[in-house]
Amino acid sequence: MLNILFFASLRESLGTSQESVALPTPANVGALISELRKRGDAWSSALAVDKRWRVAVNQDMSTLDTSLKEGDEVAIFPPVTGG
Amino acid sequence: MKISVQTTDFDVGAEMAELRGAGTNIGAHIGAIASFVGLVRDMNDGSGVSTLTLEHYPGMTEKALAAIVTQAESRWELLGCTVIHRVGDLKPADQIVLVIVASSHRGHAFEACEFIMDYLKTQAPFWKKELTPQGHRWVDSRDSDAAAVSRWQVSAQEGKIN
Repeated sequence: MLNILFFASLRESLGTSQESVALPTPANVGALISELRKRGDAWSSALAVDKRWRVAVNQDMSTLDTSLKEGDEVAIFPPVTGG
Repeated sequence: MKISVQTTDFDVGAEMAELRGAGTNIGAHIGAIASFVGLVRDMNDGSGVSTLTLEHYPGMTEKALAAIVTQAESRWELLGCTVIHRVGDLKPADQIVLVIVASSHRGHAFEACEFIMDYLKTQAPFWKKELTPQGHRWVDSRDSDAAAVSRWQVSAQEGKIN
């Protein structure tokens, strides 16, 4: 299983901050996003290709090609706006 | 390096005094200290802002800030660095972020301070939400912040410090 975290506007539009999800096939970030998009309109629009969102795996910024393994922490969030 | 993500306010003078380390060996080598303080404004994108709420990603935030300071330490000769960022509900004129950099000479301190802020704004996982008369709204990231970071990357490729 993967531990998925959502932050900020994505957390609000998806209505969840944390959940466990099965490791996708192939085991990478792109496949995980594809799986999540299948959950319905809120998910496919929040994670749309032309929307701006970022993914971190085990607290390091990642790309769609980043591979995943059992127990990884995957965070999905909008571009950061601190400072 | 001192990194802190906290709800409480910070005292710039006390933080600077701590970084100066007066009376220590390193403290005696410091010739310059540069600092930056970011504050909550009462206006953004044409709307009044009465509350600014900062959310973050506990764990990754501290890691990302430490990585940014480590990068700065590899580019400039630094003798100390403090980064404090607040989270939670803030009001106009409240302090949000503090960066203090100590070095032997001012050039390194000024540049490293600006570098750390530019990277913090684009890489550290914080998100701002504003309360305006029209309701809550999440702040969008700015292209100008991404441009500010790419400036440092160009100068690194050219093998020189701006």
